[in-house]
Amino acid sequence: MKTSSPSPHRLAVALGLALGLAAPAWAQHEGHAAEPAKVDRSAADHSSMDHSKMDHSSEDHSKMDHSSMDHSSTDHSSMDHSKMDHAGMDHAQHAAPAADGKVDHAAMGHGHASADAAPREPIPPVTPADLAAAFPAIDHHAMQHAPAVNHKVTFNRLEAWDGDHGTGQAWEGIAWIGTDTDRVWLRSEGEREGGHTESADLEVLYGRSVSPWWDVVAGVRHDFKPGDARSWAAFGVQGMAPYRFEVSATAYVGESGQVAANVEAEYTLRITNRLILQPLVEAEFSAKDEPGHGTGSGLNTVEAGLRLRYEVTRRFAPYVGVVHERSFGDTADYRRAEGERSRDTRVVAGVRLWF
Amino acid sequence: MKHDDSTRGGVGAFKPSRRQFVTGLATGGLALGLGLVRMPASAGVPARRGAVLLTGTEFDLSIGASPVNFTGRTRPAVTVNGTLPAPTLRWREGDTVTVRVANRLRDASSIHWHGILLPSNMDGVPGLSFNGIAPGETFQYRFELKQSGTYWYHSHSMFQEQAGLYGALIVDPREPPPYAFDREHVVLLSDWTDLDPAALFRRMKKMPEHDNYYQRTLVDFVRDARRDGLAETLEDRGMWGRMRMTPTDISDINAHTYTYLLNGTAPAGNWTGLFRPGEKVLLRFINGSAMTYFDVRIPGLKMTVVAADGQYIHPVSVDEFRIAVAETFDVIVEPAGQDAFTIFAQDMGRTGHARGTLAVRDGLEAPVPARDPRPLLTMSDMGHDMGGHGAHKGMEGGCGAAMMEGGCGASMGHGAHGAAEKAPKHPAGEAGNPLVDMQSSATEPRLDDPGIGLRGNGRKVLTYGDMRSLFDDPDGREPGRTVELHLTGHMEKFAWSFDGIPFAGAEPLRLNYGERMRIVLVNDTMMQHPIHLHGVWSDLENADGEFQLRKHTIDMPPGTRRSYRVRADALGRWAYHCHLLYHMEAGMMREVRIEA
Repeated sequence: MKTSSPSPHRLAVALGLALGLAAPAWAQHEGHAAEPAKVDRSAADHSSMDHSKMDHSSEDHSKMDHSSMDHSSTDHSSMDHSKMDHAGMDHAQHAAPAADGKVDHAAMGHGHASADAAPREPIPPVTPADLAAAFPAIDHHAMQHAPAVNHKVTFNRLEAWDGDHGTGQAWEGIAWIGTDTDRVWLRSEGEREGGHTESADLEVLYGRSVSPWWDVVAGVRHDFKPGDARSWAAFGVQGMAPYRFEVSATAYVGESGQVAANVEAEYTLRITNRLILQPLVEAEFSAKDEPGHGTGSGLNTVEAGLRLRYEVTRRFAPYVGVVHERSFGDTADYRRAEGERSRDTRVVAGVRLWF
Repeated sequence: MKHDDSTRGGVGAFKPSRRQFVTGLATGGLALGLGLVRMPASAGVPARRGAVLLTGTEFDLSIGASPVNFTGRTRPAVTVNGTLPAPTLRWREGDTVTVRVANRLRDASSIHWHGILLPSNMDGVPGLSFNGIAPGETFQYRFELKQSGTYWYHSHSMFQEQAGLYGALIVDPREPPPYAFDREHVVLLSDWTDLDPAALFRRMKKMPEHDNYYQRTLVDFVRDARRDGLAETLEDRGMWGRMRMTPTDISDINAHTYTYLLNGTAPAGNWTGLFRPGEKVLLRFINGSAMTYFDVRIPGLKMTVVAADGQYIHPVSVDEFRIAVAETFDVIVEPAGQDAFTIFAQDMGRTGHARGTLAVRDGLEAPVPARDPRPLLTMSDMGHDMGGHGAHKGMEGGCGAAMMEGGCGASMGHGAHGAAEKAPKHPAGEAGNPLVDMQSSATEPRLDDPGIGLRGNGRKVLTYGDMRSLFDDPDGREPGRTVELHLTGHMEKFAWSFDGIPFAGAEPLRLNYGERMRIVLVNDTMMQHPIHLHGVWSDLENADGEFQLRKHTIDMPPGTRRSYRVRADALGRWAYHCHLLYHMEAGMMREVRIEA
């Protein structure tokens, strides 16, 4: 049984290797919206508009309500009267020869020209040269983008203890690689006591964001220990609950038909911006009694930890903590039969890091 | 009018600092004095500090890598003609300029002329206007200048702008400006990091709150509970907790990562611009930062703002202004009565500052003010007003203001009570979108709001509401149609987009050549975004929907809804994006296609 025990170091290497292997899958270039320019001439082509043919005579300006015009706010000082062509204005007939662009109602400060009116600054007609300059043949890969695929490896816990019942080490790591919404997750957790690996597992999960705060995950989990190595199918959710609790809940279906579950919640309590208390609770359940693996049915274990870390940098934070683990029901009995304790409290010291 | 410009550099007194990283090196910048970089013969007049000035109609620029040292560590920068910032280019309205840009980098590069009206194929955006400038190649830009004013230029390739590729651009007017001045200086603000900018982007993806060392703590909780009572403090923490957000998220990257530069000089270096007492000095402020908003003031001096984004405005006298990334403001000051005045530019998050001095001679200093207290975002800042509802009733239950969680999403806006008219309709792309973590429920233009951290500080602070273009709406037409776009994102994932759709998956926004249309922006995030549309002006409207201010970059504080008119008189494919570099790279970008 000891021969297959992977050391934490080897697991970390495995984690890294798996990350490296997963990378190319996402490295494929994401397609751009790069279809050729469509020229839509259906809309008004002002360039070819012959304003001289505009007939304003049919417009009924008699319905214009000049009483509602607020001249008080008009800044006449900025009006350029020199451009007003009063000669051509026939107010009696309300036929405004505005289309030459020199005179329109907006320019007089009497209100706004409608969207159909001619702009004060004429729109220059489009020449073929303009078109060519505007839509040159372009290699759409010329625009480089920041990577859409990113990754992060976190060792949430890398710790050791030296207690009344011997020494031990434990790790918990989580890594992701992928886009903002689709990621491969690696999770690993394990414990060594007195030089023996008591438990070690590695999960490889595909996760997809289903809401801003929650991912659903599905994949496989491999237990190297306890007992004989075995694999599970895993399904779960993980994310951030209101009040910023980080939560994950995963159900496992084993080869033997065993069904198990793991629920974990953790919180970040800032005493200062560098001194951070991290409460963590983890519970494990099994559907069936499995003496060979030391698990009874129902609630197996609950582990509660309180770790106080100091973030020397964001990426490197040593911590001390206290962990209490309790087993229940048959699980507790199996542990006692092995000479272990059903309740255990230990003081741990370790480091949290990410890269 | 003398062009004294920023080629003048004062030798600042070196003051060793506890935080050399933030205040930088007195002797920092390009290691010219150390002889590490040799100026190309064509580079014009070398300056000890500040930018080199190049004038005329024909220019040769060479993009390359040069070592710089702002913090005590020598790091590689992307430079133009070996300088950071890039040379100040001085053009003349009506001239046709030719700029040959050689790329000596190992990566493709580009230069975009920010705010300049030009043909699309001269705009310098790889993939939209041209193919970029391949390593070893030279691209010739050539266009006629149809405008005047203060602008800037920068790379539009990946993170080169962050690495140092930015410079001032001044277009002198054909007609004399509507104000008088005796002397002028460019004041180009920027943010420098010793990190590889690509690594910084990756860091933002792993831990967006990396630089937020100002989160509220247990210590703060105890203090607030004593001051405000336990119930109120719990309610406040609960509100933010339910949203899974933090009110100290003012800026993504701050002085924990950046050293702020003024004309390429760290605070300790004390860039100095000279004046003679009684002179009117025109200061051309440019925010060439990648990610940093600055709040700028010159203690002891009133500043008369005469132009925004290169365009004349009715003069307005202020003590302080906030300059969004990519904006420019021209201000006139009349220094007298003191030999030295400090130009103080603190970042919006109050974590650091850029600093320079206006002085009668080199080597002088004036007191550098302390940074203002750090502000906290409020629900109201984020457009989560409770309407007339008074108390926090609307926040009860698991459903925060506009949290994007099942059951209580978009339509559950708090504006439902009393502020229904402010409640925006959210685009379909936001619904059920895992990369949209917030929606505003009560948005307003807030043109008269000085902004977070500037309200009621006892100083007259410039607002958008204070600024009116000196000219009437140059187009005059009412917009024929309105397009509403929402600024969206996810803080924890550092994902940014328009309408919940990142650039990679977005269709172009199509405009018809010649049309006058209106763009309405709604900020559905808790961050502030400067939105820049290439190729055409963005004519900001006042609260009544009338033309107010011609700009190239529209600042969008959280919780705002602002509208502007666009005259689609430039054919082609144009970039439209948040000018926070990492937001753009993370997806807050669209193509605007103006078609005949």
